[in-house]
Amino acid sequence: MRRIPLAALIGLIFTGAYFGAAIFAPWIAPYGMAEVVGDSWEPWSSTHWLGTDTIGRDLLSRMIWGGQTTIFVAAAATLLSFSLGSVLGFTAAVRGGWVDQILSRTVDLMMSIPSLISALVILSVMPVTLPVLILVMGILDSTRVFRLSRAVAVDITVMDYVEAARLRGEGQGWIIFREILPNALSPLVAEMGLRFIFAVLFISTLSFLGLGVQPPMADWGGIVKENKEGIVYGIPAALIPAFAIATLAISVNLVADWILNRTSSLKGGRGG
Amino acid sequence: MVHPILKLVVQRVALGILLLLAASVLIFVGTQILPGDVAQSILGQSATPVSLANLRAELGLNDPPVTRYFNWLSGVLQGDLGTALSNGQDIATAMGRRLGNTLFLAFWAAIIAVPLAIVLGLISVRYRDRWPDKLISGVTLATISVPEFLVGYIAVFFLAVQLQWFPSIASVYDGMTLGERLYAISMPVIVLVLAVLGHMMRMTRAAILNVMQSAYVETAELKGLSQFTIIARHALPNAVAPVVNVVMLNLAYLVVGVVVVEVVFVYPGMGQYLVDHVAKRDVPVVQACGLVFAAVYIGLNLLADVISILANPRLRHPK
Repeated sequence: MRRIPLAALIGLIFTGAYFGAAIFAPWIAPYGMAEVVGDSWEPWSSTHWLGTDTIGRDLLSRMIWGGQTTIFVAAAATLLSFSLGSVLGFTAAVRGGWVDQILSRTVDLMMSIPSLISALVILSVMPVTLPVLILVMGILDSTRVFRLSRAVAVDITVMDYVEAARLRGEGQGWIIFREILPNALSPLVAEMGLRFIFAVLFISTLSFLGLGVQPPMADWGGIVKENKEGIVYGIPAALIPAFAIATLAISVNLVADWILNRTSSLKGGRGG
Repeated sequence: MVHPILKLVVQRVALGILLLLAASVLIFVGTQILPGDVAQSILGQSATPVSLANLRAELGLNDPPVTRYFNWLSGVLQGDLGTALSNGQDIATAMGRRLGNTLFLAFWAAIIAVPLAIVLGLISVRYRDRWPDKLISGVTLATISVPEFLVGYIAVFFLAVQLQWFPSIASVYDGMTLGERLYAISMPVIVLVLAVLGHMMRMTRAAILNVMQSAYVETAELKGLSQFTIIARHALPNAVAPVVNVVMLNLAYLVVGVVVVEVVFVYPGMGQYLVDHVAKRDVPVVQACGLVFAAVYIGLNLLADVISILANPRLRHPK
């Protein structure tokens, strides 16, 4: 077992801390999610570590609860986009022919409209609830996963061991999950880190526009929206989520890089 | 015989038009056939059955979807985008001014971002793996990791509030001189530049580094040419196609960034218009905006393809 490089270790610690705070939010957060505990925009103090927000809620608690929502929605959307995108991508590569054509052209079409615009168009007629948000984000993002997994799988399907499995008479499911999936896992896992970050940015943007997570639920984009008026008075409350999102993005990236290096070096790929 | 390059370009343009048509179907389907009822969402849960029926008839919701799609499409082709449900205004006139404002903003952002990204890309290739390269990639990585609206507020906090250099709200009105107008949009332009600069510079760097591995670059090195001459005279012309592609992709990305940045700076453009009307569930406006954004996005991607076809000497001078 090689030592974990410093960058990856830092990434792991931060990622772990954010996920830990999200999972254990009810026990960590000093105050309730929507509890008004002081005046508006109180400065940092020993009772309110990050001060209070626009209507006097404890900002640290809001950040922890908000992190829970943001990370949960982003993680669920990432899982959905990966299961959908990779299974369809592998299927397209294994089946080829018209199945591949239909799936690939549909994905091309979906990617011809920017995903934020598509999401706004869909959210203008759908009720804005968490399941709908997760579905919309997951499906829109699965197009990117589809492209990657199809490209990876096309290279794998021509391998001798896949041919051998076919000649053995294995079914489609076996070939996809037992032959292709294990060999395509390392680029997919690295991509998963990037897609997760993208999902965090996406849900934050939607909430900032008022079309994502709805109040009184907290989430990082929403906290910016609620506190943006403070900025012109020099109150930095709205910048705290910026710090959280940036550190989460960088630390997840560091971990994903490390995983990619580690798994590909086992196969005689890039050193690391 | 038709020149093969003309044939390629015509094919590509035809494909783009087909794609746009398909995108219009997708936008239409997305707003009309999804399980939400438009009339219900306009009137809210407390609507009476009679008013729902009236509104449905008024919106033509009782026609079959295919008929509605073709009515909508033929209207769009004649420049009639319909009327907004929320205030009964004609969408095309309301959108015209805002589209102008948005293009003005995107234009200035592009004018600054494109040369800056290419120069920074050249510098980081020249000093690759030394401190200028590391500094540039570190800073651009940071701007990529933060969403545009947060970059916006960070910029407002420091540049507009602490230093008071620029206005924190980009309000434009008729009768402004060009200078005043440019000063008003300086903050959103800075934010948009930061948003696309990172990707554009990194991809430019990668494209040029790719060309730098070729044999003719080694020849140029062995001839004793200076590093900058090699990069500017030998590597860059051969990296034009990928670099143009990168630039166009990022300009297309600018179209999306504009939506968020306009909301941050309360700028009266297309993005603000779209977001406002999504919140009001004003479907005709959302469809029209979606279509315009999709058209710009597909158009820029198409332009990128055409330019990279034209930039390829093998296609320009066929045997």
